[in-house]
Amino acid sequence: MASNGIRDRVAIVGMGCTAFGERWDQGVNDLLVDAAKDALASAGVELRDVDAFWLGTLYSGQSGLTLSRPLKIDYKPVSRLENYCATGSEAFRNACYAVASGAYDVAMAIGVEKLKDSGISGLPGFTAPGDGTRAGLTAPATFSLLAPAYAKRYGVDDATLKEVMTRIAWKNHKNGALNPRAQFRKEVPKDTIACSPLVAGPLGIFDCSGVSDGSAAAIIVRAEDARRYTDTPLYVKALSFVAGPAAGPMDPDYDYTTFPEVVASATDAYAQAGIKDPRQELAMAEVHDCFTPTELVLMEDLGFASRGTAWKEVLAGTFDLDGELAVNPDGGLKSFGHPIGASGLRMLFEAWLQLRGEAGQRQVASIARGRKLALTHNLGGAPGECVSFVSVVGSERSA
Amino acid sequence: MNGIVAYGSYLPYFRLDRKAIGDSLGASADKGTRSVASYDEDTTSMAVEAARAALRSAPAARPATLYFATTAPAYLDKTNATAIHAALDLDAGTAAFDMLGSVRSGAGALRAAADAGRPTLVALSDIRTGLPGGADEREGGDGAVAFLLAGDSRDAPTLATLVASASVTTEFLDRWRLPGEPASRQWEERFGEHAYVPLGTAAVAEALKQAGLAATAVTRWVVTGPHGRASRRVAASIGAVKGTIVDDLASSVGNTGAAHAGLLLADALDRAKPDETIAVVSLADGCDVTIWRTTAALAPRSRPATVAVQAAAGVPVSYATALTWRGFLQREPPRRPDPERPAAPPSFRAESWKFAFTGSRCLACGARHVPPQRVCVKCHAMDRMAPERLADVPATIATFTVDRLAYSLSPPVVAAVIDFEGGGRFQCELTDVDPAAVKIGDRVEMTFRRLFTAGGVHNYFWKARPLRSR
Repeated sequence: MASNGIRDRVAIVGMGCTAFGERWDQGVNDLLVDAAKDALASAGVELRDVDAFWLGTLYSGQSGLTLSRPLKIDYKPVSRLENYCATGSEAFRNACYAVASGAYDVAMAIGVEKLKDSGISGLPGFTAPGDGTRAGLTAPATFSLLAPAYAKRYGVDDATLKEVMTRIAWKNHKNGALNPRAQFRKEVPKDTIACSPLVAGPLGIFDCSGVSDGSAAAIIVRAEDARRYTDTPLYVKALSFVAGPAAGPMDPDYDYTTFPEVVASATDAYAQAGIKDPRQELAMAEVHDCFTPTELVLMEDLGFASRGTAWKEVLAGTFDLDGELAVNPDGGLKSFGHPIGASGLRMLFEAWLQLRGEAGQRQVASIARGRKLALTHNLGGAPGECVSFVSVVGSERSA
Repeated sequence: MNGIVAYGSYLPYFRLDRKAIGDSLGASADKGTRSVASYDEDTTSMAVEAARAALRSAPAARPATLYFATTAPAYLDKTNATAIHAALDLDAGTAAFDMLGSVRSGAGALRAAADAGRPTLVALSDIRTGLPGGADEREGGDGAVAFLLAGDSRDAPTLATLVASASVTTEFLDRWRLPGEPASRQWEERFGEHAYVPLGTAAVAEALKQAGLAATAVTRWVVTGPHGRASRRVAASIGAVKGTIVDDLASSVGNTGAAHAGLLLADALDRAKPDETIAVVSLADGCDVTIWRTTAALAPRSRPATVAVQAAAGVPVSYATALTWRGFLQREPPRRPDPERPAAPPSFRAESWKFAFTGSRCLACGARHVPPQRVCVKCHAMDRMAPERLADVPATIATFTVDRLAYSLSPPVVAAVIDFEGGGRFQCELTDVDPAAVKIGDRVEMTFRRLFTAGGVHNYFWKARPLRSR
């Protein structure tokens, strides 16, 4: 893959993240102001110090005015962008490139979504006028297609697969219980998860991420300027984003046990960051656990487990908070819900806290032992037809 | 004169036990079952299925005209036969006409095709409804039948020749329905009987006279119409040899309205040997009689999906579900966005895909694409595609799901990724399926359905169902 990367050329010097949840008392504008205010304070800058803005939102507004109006931004560039569920990461990626190019000194990436005003369950549709021939499956249904395919390919029986899915949800809720910003802040017994009403295929309600509102933001500067803002910046080691050919639903060679887009973006990101063995080198990973089978498959696609073994690793606790590689230490989409435009930046916010030693009860032990890298992974679409984002950030700038 | 060179029948998969109606309403229960079109079927989609079965047995036939008859059209003011025409991938030069509103439309369409000087496809399809607890609801049935009438040819030899036909017409009020009403009204039953019986005996006598046959020469009599009592009286009075009046499917299917005389003719043809004489007596606002002579070409035909096989198949549907499907019981919708109505311009552009299920094959590497693409997913060749219709290609389930959240008139939605024999993959809904029985590796076939109706627009497209018809 032809990607040069911008390793160590930009740094995050401030972040903000609202509480996620059913924020009935807060509108899009409130969420944006809160996240921006926190990010600015965290970096120790004023709004006027920010030269350019990238706003990620899927449904909650169009154009840069969605941000410039509530923040009263005075005649500065504000881009609004969307890339399905990877929208927040896409805002971050573009802001990083703008700073790396030298076009701006200070940029803000901010993501927001207000899902709970729609009055419906799950996500609203977002289709252009069409011919009515696209299968109208919900998100849980498209991701549930992974479950029987994975079970069949690797000889995992239905009951064991359900146990694996349950453990993923249980682990993420356990982590989320320690996070004051999470939508769901309590542990959920495995029985409750396993016996929850079915939504799609073997997926019960507890195998699905929630629907919530939230916003998160980051302040990005050139790496050489970072120390002017904070003693503990995060350096951007890798940014990879790919859109697949959406071949899965029409190519019989695709077997619904992997996201080729994730493999491509992870390979690219590891090359940019110089990572050889992610499981040994990363301190933590925030991954797109929209549904429990997604996290299962991601463990293999991201190279945390070899093919056909992630289900065993999940059961063995490899990805627990105190496991070999903590995955979704903040609780993931499972505990936060998935306000589309905000999720990618929310993941980055956990890397920000963890690598700086500010994650409190959730602090990942391997960081104190010297691990300095964190990964965020964000995808949008469905198995066989998705976009995938992988970033690697680190607390040290390479010499 | 045209004869029957191909025919096919279609009965929906669901059966309503009449006892269930009686039990639910606390009324006396009738015996037997009636067929019930699924929530994703209408008279147009069922006509497509019957016509596909007919055309499968005469693949070289190019009908010049299509007549569609029903009492329950999916659209008014817009021709329904055009959707059937599109789903069958008929030539643009083939005319398509509706004959709508009354049971007699069915006899009229068949008669017009017989009289036509060129190959003519007739699709008769009906969904029979009535108010809960009424005779129409109980005794009606849903189904479709199609006939291709043409001259004798080597590719499509005549299976049955029209020997004679006769009609008698009189204006009287037996049953009627105002446009928009959910059910028909009927005058006192004995009055209809009084009006029908002389019409029936006169028309039969005239047809036999034209054929130069005695009633005893007829080996199978089809006598049917919406007025059951009158039909039985006529059947008893025409001098038929004992045992030659065919079963009217009342106990398994019910009376399928505009399709019923044709459906019984198809059943008779399914069972007939060469050189039989079949008379069809249709009592509907008059009487129309046709007398057919089967030919030697009937014998070697393979008949996989006969009316009898389909009538004996099927699974029970609850009364509450059947009422919901027909719109007599409005149920709480899911807390999900309503489906988007299909837009006219994209549907127009995608006609061969949406209606005929035509994908494409890459001329550079041979990969099949469903839906059709301009750039090959395998070799990335650009604009080197040839259209390829996959409506009749069986497929195998690669993976599947049961979506309990998606909008549906009949949840849950069952969907699968299916791989076609000879290449190509598609993700679509499954229908006529038990959600608990779906497995990876199951074989399926495509079926034309009405996915949903949104914003007053019917969304016709294809689903897959477990392979059973062939």
